[in-house]
Amino acid sequence: MRARLRDWIPAIVVFAAGIAAWQLSIEIFNIQKFLLPKPWAIVHACWTQRHELSSAGWLTLKEALGGFAIGSALGIAFATVLARFRRLSDALMPIAIAANAIPIIAFSPIFNAWFDPLSLTPRMATAGVLCFFPVMVNTLRGLTSVKPSQVEVMRSYAAGELAIFRRVRVPTALPFVFSALKVATVLAMIGAIVSDYFGTFGSLGITIKNSVALFDFETAWAAILVASILGVGMYVTVSLVERFTLKWDPTRQERGTA
Amino acid sequence: MSVVSISGMTKTFPKGNVTALQEIDLEVEPGEFVSLIGPSGCGKSTLLRVIGDLIQPTSGTVEVNGKGAHQARLDHDYGIVFQDSVLFDWRTVTKNVALPLEMLGWDRAKRKQRVDEMLRLVELQGFGDHHPWQLSGGMQMRVAIARALAFEPPLLLMDEPFGALDEMTRERLNIELLQIWRRMESTVVFVTHSISEAVFLSTRVVVMSPRPGRIAGIVDIDLAQPRSADTREDPRFFEHVTAVRELLRSVGADDHGSVLAEEIT
Repeated sequence: MRARLRDWIPAIVVFAAGIAAWQLSIEIFNIQKFLLPKPWAIVHACWTQRHELSSAGWLTLKEALGGFAIGSALGIAFATVLARFRRLSDALMPIAIAANAIPIIAFSPIFNAWFDPLSLTPRMATAGVLCFFPVMVNTLRGLTSVKPSQVEVMRSYAAGELAIFRRVRVPTALPFVFSALKVATVLAMIGAIVSDYFGTFGSLGITIKNSVALFDFETAWAAILVASILGVGMYVTVSLVERFTLKWDPTRQERGTA
Repeated sequence: MSVVSISGMTKTFPKGNVTALQEIDLEVEPGEFVSLIGPSGCGKSTLLRVIGDLIQPTSGTVEVNGKGAHQARLDHDYGIVFQDSVLFDWRTVTKNVALPLEMLGWDRAKRKQRVDEMLRLVELQGFGDHHPWQLSGGMQMRVAIARALAFEPPLLLMDEPFGALDEMTRERLNIELLQIWRRMESTVVFVTHSISEAVFLSTRVVVMSPRPGRIAGIVDIDLAQPRSADTREDPRFFEHVTAVRELLRSVGADDHGSVLAEEIT
């Protein structure tokens, strides 16, 4: 545990130095606050605007989490079905990969027309669609990258497809699934914030947009900070679950970081 | 009744229309230790997989314990060990050995008891909670053997199990395997490309010829049991090695070349 703490020291030092450099350069070069507010002013705004920020943050977190949960669950479910039917996956995979290259975020205003724009649904939908493709593609890759010899061993025990799925395919796929889920947490937060911009709701994206319009840059930056903390929080949570679940993974043993 | 009974078995792979095995006839009696040896491409691993019902023969019959190979697989009539130990990284040693028992629906207490016995048999007590990648190659192979034998199958199929190990580990595991074979009174079909390993372990050595895979001849190895490190220095051991080598050479597989070919593939 002590060794792990020591591993973090360089990162903490660099972070602190970065903040100090930020504060100093504003003092020295007399940077205007609409370009870059002082770090302390942002922290201060976090405190004075805490009520608005916490309620906005809560809404955005719900959008991101909901989208993450729905998109990832559907991605895993689709991959499971496709892994079972290779014909189907051969037909659908090129389309899925192409769809993954579409800037899905562009659909955000459309989703406002599809779903009730006053509910969280259109924002969750954007976040969900963003999560869906990487999770599906990676999960499918994981489920199908099983070693043939391991399947042979299972078949020598007269194991059926279900037993092979449960005892070989799922464990083999887990590292793939987790790396996709980590990417998905980031995508979910991006999807939630960007689609907030097209909404009328009291969420973080709206806070950022409205504060900038009112030249209240400290609050805009404070909202960005809150969004960042929420995003990092989601990522770290998935990383911790991953580390706990994949304790057995030899490729993960030496590296201590998430 | 023979443990393995193969008659007129041919296996053709549709891809490229390759005849991997042609007209194979082979009987393996209970308690025998039979090695399959031959140059690469002679189909010895394919033959092992056909016995295990992991590959279907194109024609001919394959019986294990008097029933079709398919039924024998469903009845858990054999345990199998591959060259790569094929352990599951996400399972501890204990859980790897317990896997076939899980598939047989044994309860937890019974599984634990048997796994403990098996780990004692392969001298891995105290390593039950390790993961496979924390063990050396030789230890991993012992886990694979323990797993294959955990449910006491009447037949053990081994596909070059010690091929990837260093000479010293291989010789030690050879002796351990013979001890286990005697204690469990099982029947072994063993694929190897090492002539001395085949002679040392076996009661009979089946020499195969390549393209298409055929049985070129069978050498009876009547060296005294139990065999030990001294067996390798017995002049009769060398006579048998020479006999197998001559047979391999007669089928066009200069043993030097065959070993080389095995290493390349």
